[in-house]
Amino acid sequence: MAPDSAISAFNHRHLLGIEGLSRQEIEFLLDRAEEFVGISRQVQKHKADLEGRTLINLFFENSTRTQASFELAGKRLGADVMNMSVATSSVRKGETLIDTAVTLNSMRPDMIVVRHHDSGAVHLLAKKVSCSVINAGDGSHEHPTQALLDALTIRRNKGRIEGLTVAICGDVLHSRVARSNILALSALGARVRVVAPSTLLPPGIEQLGVEVHRSMETGIRDADIVMMLRVQRERMDGAFLPSVKEFARYYGLDDEKLSWAKPDALVMHPGPINRGVEISSAVADGPRSLINEQVEMGVAVRMAVLNVLSRNLPNG
Amino acid sequence: MTASASAGKIALINGQLADPERDTLAPGGVLVDGDMLRDAGAQVTAANAGSDAQVIDCKGKVISPGLIDMRAFLGEPGAGHRETIATASAAAANGGITTILAMPDTNPPVDGSAAVQFVLQRARETACVRVLPGAALTKGLAGAELAEFGLLREAGAAAFTNGYKSVRSSQVMRRALTYARDFDALIIHQCEDPDLARSGVMNEGELATRLGLAGVPPEAETIILDRDMRLVAMTGARYHAALVTNVLSLDVIAKAKAAGLPVTCGISINHLTLNEADIGDYRTYLKLSPPLRAEDERMALVQALADGLIDVIVSDHNPQDVEVKNVPFAEAEFGATGLETMLAAGLRLVHAGQISLPKLIAAMSLRPAQILQLPQGRLAAGAPADIIVFDPDEPFVVVPEELHSRSRNTPFDEARLQGKVSLTMVGGSMVLRDGALV
Repeated sequence: MAPDSAISAFNHRHLLGIEGLSRQEIEFLLDRAEEFVGISRQVQKHKADLEGRTLINLFFENSTRTQASFELAGKRLGADVMNMSVATSSVRKGETLIDTAVTLNSMRPDMIVVRHHDSGAVHLLAKKVSCSVINAGDGSHEHPTQALLDALTIRRNKGRIEGLTVAICGDVLHSRVARSNILALSALGARVRVVAPSTLLPPGIEQLGVEVHRSMETGIRDADIVMMLRVQRERMDGAFLPSVKEFARYYGLDDEKLSWAKPDALVMHPGPINRGVEISSAVADGPRSLINEQVEMGVAVRMAVLNVLSRNLPNG
Repeated sequence: MTASASAGKIALINGQLADPERDTLAPGGVLVDGDMLRDAGAQVTAANAGSDAQVIDCKGKVISPGLIDMRAFLGEPGAGHRETIATASAAAANGGITTILAMPDTNPPVDGSAAVQFVLQRARETACVRVLPGAALTKGLAGAELAEFGLLREAGAAAFTNGYKSVRSSQVMRRALTYARDFDALIIHQCEDPDLARSGVMNEGELATRLGLAGVPPEAETIILDRDMRLVAMTGARYHAALVTNVLSLDVIAKAKAAGLPVTCGISINHLTLNEADIGDYRTYLKLSPPLRAEDERMALVQALADGLIDVIVSDHNPQDVEVKNVPFAEAEFGATGLETMLAAGLRLVHAGQISLPKLIAAMSLRPAQILQLPQGRLAAGAPADIIVFDPDEPFVVVPEELHSRSRNTPFDEARLQGKVSLTMVGGSMVLRDGALV
């Protein structure tokens, strides 16, 4: 595809969230990602799109999967990739987010991928640097590349997203994955439901245009996609839920509950999974699980995002 | 307070008198003699001011009582990097505020008579407006042991408040109110259930959900306010709810007033003129406690002010330095500056036709004076000569660097406002003249 069309189809310097993206822009990213699926399946996975560019992975929160996915994406496109895990380094103490941002910016990276435990932290950082910034998850706010890879996975398996019923189940309250997916899948024409106990539903969630369900039986019924969210163990100690046992009983996805969905319904999870809590091993490892494909699509989507944003860089 | 300009006879003529007592706006002037008002009305003209009076032509601008701000953090002792009494009073004089009730949340807190005397002494030495010390309701503001109401009052404390911290224990609050009644002391309380509000950083609802931020429900305020009303009914103490921000709280206040309880309430200028959507892209200068609410709440609050249900408008001046604001929203400190912009922001409501000018001025002068039992807040012979002159229409853009507070965290950054104070007089002395500090 010609660089010119890339610029006109996606005219943003950063990818901070799904919010603010049009359906056309989302579809454009998904189409680009399709190309990179093929490339990642070749023996020769190297492209030179980001040759000479520097990509910094700046993770204020521990993450193995997302960081590895961005690292591979950057390397397959020929970028020099540096990983900074601030969560485990001394930077966390004393130095502010903005100090870190300004310091890294002085090293003249072309792109910074940021994960941070505070909502809005990536936006704040983006205001202080001259390179492109990609949000790899900020607090409970957004995780745009996760939503894009989920959309791509659904589209490849169902052939479409428009008109599908997607049930997002579990800890919606704390989930940036849920928020980005609600925005992306709604923009692409899916009917989105959220399914959770009321203590894990954020106030006003229905105003985001989703159907709200408190029981899996109604929430999953006739769904095309059942998307489970990870539940943090510390939230099941009585603060939001009485116990792991009770949550697993009413909201854990097993074969019985999955039978309420459409016969060809598929199961997703952003990982890492809590086996036997929000999802049973039988379902997670079963024939209707897309969990491993999601991981594969993650690399492709991130390659696409890096590629598209690099075209909007100076000299891009 | 430093003497700035010699206090003789001064006639401010050819103005529009905003008289909160009579609820009128009418042409006229005021005659100041020493530190008192000698006369106010249409009869005060250049011709009959007397040959010994200095005559100042107000050229049609508004003359009103100096404003009284019942809630501001002045930085002393212990937080001079955020504000000093000198810088706060300079901001106040530029904003038309002639009396400030200082919050006790200092370091150390103002919870003993020595601290009250310190604030008063610093004010005498460095302030160009009047500073009244607000004293802690409980020792160390910890919400456990009563402060020495009697000794603090003797030292000069004007009111008792736990500052930004709500008193969690109903028993402590009951005893404080019971004991306060013996001294006819005024209790000012910010109502917030610490458990319901914990970790919340903005108003609970759709917007917080979209931004991924933890919310504070309006009920966190109203539950404590409701509790306090029942305690006031038990004890009969004079009680002022520092900040009401939602319609549930308005209902509680309306019921308490209807029942004849000695209760008044205030609202910050921020909650009257801004809403949660102004937070926009995580603007930490709009991170306030209690949080900015939804627009329909704001509209109801403006109406309640116009109806007189809300008594007082405060600046809720809370200067914070950039280090604690230039961080992710959840980690940022609460608070915004407000002394210098309170009047101009309030005039937005007047220009929008939502409240009359005399009523706005009443909520910023007469009503606070009545609640604090001060002789100020009136344009009448015998009142202290705390007077301001301002052009309610003069437009300006708020430039944080041009404001006089030591901190820059104004929520009106780059906002277009109308209303510039040209003259501020405190006790007959001009501390601001032609828009500049004397």
